[in-house]
Amino acid sequence: MTGAVMAAPDIARALTRIAHEILERNGGADDLVLLGIPTRGLPLARRLAERIAVVEPAFDAQARSGGIDITMYRDDLRRQPTRPIGTTTVPPAGIDGAIVVLVDDVLHTGRTIRAALDAIGDLGRPRSVQLAVLVDRGHRELPIRADFVGKNLPTSRSERVSVLLDEIDHQEEVRIERSEGEVE
Amino acid sequence: MKHLLTTRGLPRDEAIRILDTAGEMAKTQEREIRKLPTLRGKTVINLFFEDSTRTRISFEAAAKRLSADVINFSAKGSSVAKGESLKDTAQTLQAMGADGVVIRHWASGAAERLATSGWTRGAVVNAGDGTHEHPTQALLDAYTIRRHLADGEPGVGLDGLTVAIVGDILHSRVARSDAWLLTTLGARVVLVAPPTLVPLGVETWPVEVVHSLDAALETYDLDAIMMLRIQLERMTGGGAAFFPSPAEYTRLYGLDGTRLARLPKRTIVMHPGPMNRGLEISAEAADSPRSVVVEQVANGVSVRMAVLYLLLAGEEAAS
Repeated sequence: MTGAVMAAPDIARALTRIAHEILERNGGADDLVLLGIPTRGLPLARRLAERIAVVEPAFDAQARSGGIDITMYRDDLRRQPTRPIGTTTVPPAGIDGAIVVLVDDVLHTGRTIRAALDAIGDLGRPRSVQLAVLVDRGHRELPIRADFVGKNLPTSRSERVSVLLDEIDHQEEVRIERSEGEVE
Repeated sequence: MKHLLTTRGLPRDEAIRILDTAGEMAKTQEREIRKLPTLRGKTVINLFFEDSTRTRISFEAAAKRLSADVINFSAKGSSVAKGESLKDTAQTLQAMGADGVVIRHWASGAAERLATSGWTRGAVVNAGDGTHEHPTQALLDAYTIRRHLADGEPGVGLDGLTVAIVGDILHSRVARSDAWLLTTLGARVVLVAPPTLVPLGVETWPVEVVHSLDAALETYDLDAIMMLRIQLERMTGGGAAFFPSPAEYTRLYGLDGTRLARLPKRTIVMHPGPMNRGLEISAEAADSPRSVVVEQVANGVSVRMAVLYLLLAGEEAAS
């Protein structure tokens, strides 16, 4: 399977549903903090926060969402060229005692999430950590699972899933491609 | 970037990448747990052939905050005092598995020699070589100036800013590294020193030279003024060889309250430390709210974390 698998309306619907699921699971928006993982987790976290604010007007989307860069916690640093470090922005109130929802675009091996959990541990001690992803493509290498999933996408390892978002790519789509060099 | 040996020839985008990375490193230092796992399993050797407690502990703190193992090697009381050559020392350290070597040496060019000789496979960071260069000091100066005067945004340089460097330019590797780096980043650099303390060939540097601090304050609209330490320990001919008396130096080139008051309100006062209070800088100037001397020390750790990260974290370092 190749080509577009989610269009803009599909992404919007999935995010709205996830926002409601987050509220349902946690019985409201008290103590919720949304942290996106750069690059594309950042706009997704912001969008989820805005949707939650529509349902729960007391929720301040701006103050309760942020980003957590995981570059320095990766387990593959020495196998890659040096990566630039992204920004980490944590809500001013911190994350101690909060319910942190990590937000990323694609859940794949789980290694990024493992790194994010380590990074969170250095920032404070949240009451719980949950995970929301737009796409779960399988092929986990660690015992990690998502709490909220936009779309489960069965893929083969040789395929590549690209999430394109307006804020970064100026278009809105989830695409699946056969990655170059691995065509059999 | 495999090594950091000089700021001369360091491309602008590379320099800005270090400053931006340092900004992110600084933010991690406000966290509850300031230690990052990034360089776990890597070994950094601080190889100091010249006394420098400040620079050494700054590198040591930077490496430790990134979880690297740090081995301090100082020439005093070591095999070097027994006559070991740089080559043998380097090969010994290589055998111990150094991923990075931070070297401070009294001979200009020692860091370059270590990096290009093949004696060690690790990344080499020049922490000051003779009267040649001290690149991490210049990077922390640029970082400090950018934070205060160029709104500190990622990606920006020091374009349009004017920085005066006052004092013993002749013996100062800091002045050299700063002159190259600050001009690369777009700043105008003015050197202020008595003619005896200006190096031969300064006309080939991208700087302007003035021989009176009062004239410099008159002529230029300064954004930052950097007071260099008068390195009495280097003046083997006695201070009198370069200027008649310390008192005269202070009168002509020292930054005191009166001169401080003549500077524009935004101007920051810098010093690489350690300060000779009462010689090149008065207590009033050193302790004024415009002095960023203490902040420079904190920024030094962030900048050195950035340099160690960029040199040691990636695959290039491993190969």
